[in-house]
Amino acid sequence: MRAHLTRRYVFAASHRLHAPTLSEEQNRDTYGKCNNPYGHGHNYALEVTVSGPVSSDSGMVCNLVEIDEAVRREVLERFDHQNLNTLREFANLVPTTENLAEVVYNILKQSFHAAHLEQIRIEETLMNSFEYAGGNEPRR
Amino acid sequence: MIYLTRKCEFSASHYYHNSQWSEEENRRVFGKCANLNGHGHNYTLEVTVKGRVDPTTGFVVDLKQLKDILNREVVDAMDHRHLNKEVPEFAARIPTTENIAIAIWQRLEQRLQVAKLHRVRLYEMPDLYVDFYGEA
Repeated sequence: MRAHLTRRYVFAASHRLHAPTLSEEQNRDTYGKCNNPYGHGHNYALEVTVSGPVSSDSGMVCNLVEIDEAVRREVLERFDHQNLNTLREFANLVPTTENLAEVVYNILKQSFHAAHLEQIRIEETLMNSFEYAGGNEPRR
Repeated sequence: MIYLTRKCEFSASHYYHNSQWSEEENRRVFGKCANLNGHGHNYTLEVTVKGRVDPTTGFVVDLKQLKDILNREVVDAMDHRHLNKEVPEFAARIPTTENIAIAIWQRLEQRLQVAKLHRVRLYEMPDLYVDFYGEA
């Protein structure tokens, strides 16, 4: 029997949305308050969904310890309490939450192998969230 | 196709233990959950059904009927109970969140008449949930 398991994590980071290819005015028009030169921050919530057959020995899709460890090492330690704009992942990429979702998915896809990475979801605030499934349609 | 989700809660205790394994192996795989005295959770269940809207009633499913099925099959059977000792599915299966979601699916699927079961989502804690779509 195949099941999907989702685990939720929280990290805090700052960012500024500013595209170098746009003029100052275009940036202000496009990003509004998010273009403030001093940046601003969010408490991001990350939900990681993995899937796989439920083991008849353990009753689990995969051991939670392995997901927690991979997310802590690869995502939380990299992004928590950081300014996203200063990180190499966003050297040439505007740190919108759309882009952050793709970056986080790709990092986990490469580093976590204990189960199939199905999709991730990031809440930037309680009012908006983003899902990415590696180009596939996120499952609802 | 319209999807409808109904939510309910139950509190239960359980432990994780595979009798084929040594105590050491159980502790290594299951950690704190292997404590044979058990521990408990407040589970939140979200059941999503799908179907066409009946042109007469405007319903996908009779909510009262769905609530009765959930109460009988899940809440009465699992709320304030010890899953390993009191729910027959877990006499031989470990009551992980994965297996509880599967057991709930199997209980509900055979009771639902008009609407089709789409997803069972079971939260063990606010930061951990399992989805089961009936996949083999």
